[in-house]
Amino acid sequence: MREFMLIFKQAFITKGKTKSFIITTGIMIAAIFLMANLSNIIGAVQKVTSSDETETLYVVDESNQLFDSLQEQFNIADLDVELVLSPKDQETLKEEVRNDEIDMLLTLRLNDGRSIESTYYSMKSMEFTLPMMIEDALQSIQTEMKAVELSLTNEEVQTLFTSVQFETESLSSSSKSEEELNQARGLVYVLMFLIYFAVIFYSSMIATEVATEKSSRVMEILISSVSPVKHLFAKVLGIGALGLLQMALLGASAFLAIKTTAGEAAEGALSFFGFSNMGMTTIIYAIVFFLLGYFLYATLAGLLGSLVSRVEDVNQVILPMTFLVIIAFFLAMSGIGNPDLAYIKYTSFIPFFTPLVMFLRVGMLDLPLWEPLLSIGIMLFTIFLLGWFGARVYKGGVLMYGPSRSLKDIKKAIQLGKE
Amino acid sequence: MSLQLENVTKRFGDFTAVDQLNLSIEQGTMYGFLGANGAGKTTTFRMILGLLNANEGKITWNQKRISYATSPEIGYLPEERGLYPKMKVAEQLIFLGQLRGMSKSASKRAASEWLEKMEVSHYETKKVEELSKGNQQKIQVIASLMHQPKLLILDEPFSGLDPVNVEMLKNAILEFRNNGATILFSSHRMDHVEELCEQLSIIHQGKQVVSGSLREVKRSFGRQNVRIHSEYDLASLASIEGVTNVQQSIEGAIYQVETEEVAHELLATALQLGPIRHFAIEEPSLQDIFIEKVGNVHA
Repeated sequence: MREFMLIFKQAFITKGKTKSFIITTGIMIAAIFLMANLSNIIGAVQKVTSSDETETLYVVDESNQLFDSLQEQFNIADLDVELVLSPKDQETLKEEVRNDEIDMLLTLRLNDGRSIESTYYSMKSMEFTLPMMIEDALQSIQTEMKAVELSLTNEEVQTLFTSVQFETESLSSSSKSEEELNQARGLVYVLMFLIYFAVIFYSSMIATEVATEKSSRVMEILISSVSPVKHLFAKVLGIGALGLLQMALLGASAFLAIKTTAGEAAEGALSFFGFSNMGMTTIIYAIVFFLLGYFLYATLAGLLGSLVSRVEDVNQVILPMTFLVIIAFFLAMSGIGNPDLAYIKYTSFIPFFTPLVMFLRVGMLDLPLWEPLLSIGIMLFTIFLLGWFGARVYKGGVLMYGPSRSLKDIKKAIQLGKE
Repeated sequence: MSLQLENVTKRFGDFTAVDQLNLSIEQGTMYGFLGANGAGKTTTFRMILGLLNANEGKITWNQKRISYATSPEIGYLPEERGLYPKMKVAEQLIFLGQLRGMSKSASKRAASEWLEKMEVSHYETKKVEELSKGNQQKIQVIASLMHQPKLLILDEPFSGLDPVNVEMLKNAILEFRNNGATILFSSHRMDHVEELCEQLSIIHQGKQVVSGSLREVKRSFGRQNVRIHSEYDLASLASIEGVTNVQQSIEGAIYQVETEEVAHELLATALQLGPIRHFAIEEPSLQDIFIEKVGNVHA
């Protein structure tokens, strides 16, 4: 137990003290604060850059009666665009747009059916907001005009536009309401990403650690004092504890960041991420699945890391494992829109996918309790099995040197471990 | 306090790495373990450390099997550097000392004492990878003996060291032995073994080809070297019966002879050719024995 604690502490402290770890954590915390304040920052930047020049929209009104109405609509919508009625003709103005002398040009005319025909000219190819707003404005102008023509009263117009009362309601027992789903989605999305990232990050850290110890031969000293099995699990737990600490730091700073920005946007973000209600269960599930996923993949990574004798070969040997995590991630991502799909359900019980896919289902659906419990059971069993198997490979693997970098060496390692 | 290996055999599949090896190392002695690359030295060390199990035979340390319980009594220096490259020297030594059963404070004290002794205390806060190979080797040696092991296993302890550091290390190891430790070490450098070891073994492809005390080994080799310096051409001496090998040198030649009689005959014949300036009967060097027994020039 003494040696176990020593290795545990060594893995935790030395890794935690490395510059790369501290810097990564720092950057991630900074990113969280940046994200939380993003709307404020964008607002500030916009204020600085856009205050001095409002955009000007030049209008050629062939009908001679639409411009005032448009101006009125723009005033109501409080748009940051100045409208100028231009006496010049259309072609000259188009040329000016081309030469970048003016920003944008709008032509207005009424056709024979007294409907509005309008074209928007600009040098920007990717512009959506302003043209859409103009279209909306013109639409209401036209509606008003037609209403006058047809001598409809305001109320009559209103009735014409009464919207349909349409709601979706799923009768599946496992579904949450649409509103709940939208709330859950944000939180699940963020946590899923975190689990995915953490599992990949920490398990490759384990594999690299093991390979480093092997290539530097410090392994021979370690395992002549501690049994390889103890060493493996002390290492996995040590790095796992470090992972939890990092996650806790990130979680705390995310909470702090959102709390301190205390604006409407922050309130919005809070409710978007579902923190305000029912977030707790999801977060607890996230921690459980993070831990299970970590132990599963870390044990696997330790096993794989013990097969290679050079740090350079680590990436190659953990590639199959990385693929498993990526597949799990894509499955979960594909299910985020519709977590009720059959294949999502089945894959959520496959232990290598459970941490992400079952977490998605648990976060998004009202599952009967036995489903997550069963998947957790399967995972625990797999972790146990993998730990047992991993320890056997590890025992031999750590003594194996030479150009070993394929999964075929697992057999060789088990053989050597027995001897 | 002795280390005993009796008829130890280790096979990997069809390949026999160590074949019927017998070693007996008394407390307070130093044992040299010689062999070409791949002869089975590291495998033997791993078996002694309990990392591998022997297929046949028995390994005991003070009549006990070696296990993790005995690990604080054992110190091991692996062939290549066995240190964390990114960890600081002092931290690393303290960690490894604790791993071998020392308390944290004792480990701290021993680390600084040894760093002082090896004249590397100014590297205390440096990372291992920043040190030169020779200094890394010193740290490595400290790591293997700072916990005062009773049995010290050194795999190529002198590799990568300059002559000054080799001397320093030799003295440290000798002092350690004089305090009662049992030391087993392997080396390619015959002169180190000749200088340090009471007993030795040469193994070749897993088989023990020579073993015993240095004197026994040299006696039983059954050959001596005769060194003759002369200004005359001594080539004809090579044809005398009993001369097994001739090596020309600038001043004359060295003849390997089977018996002392042959040496006398050589002297008589040489004197007939003309006056000689130097004549000596020398013991065979370990180098000669090694090359003869192992049959290649890996030494």
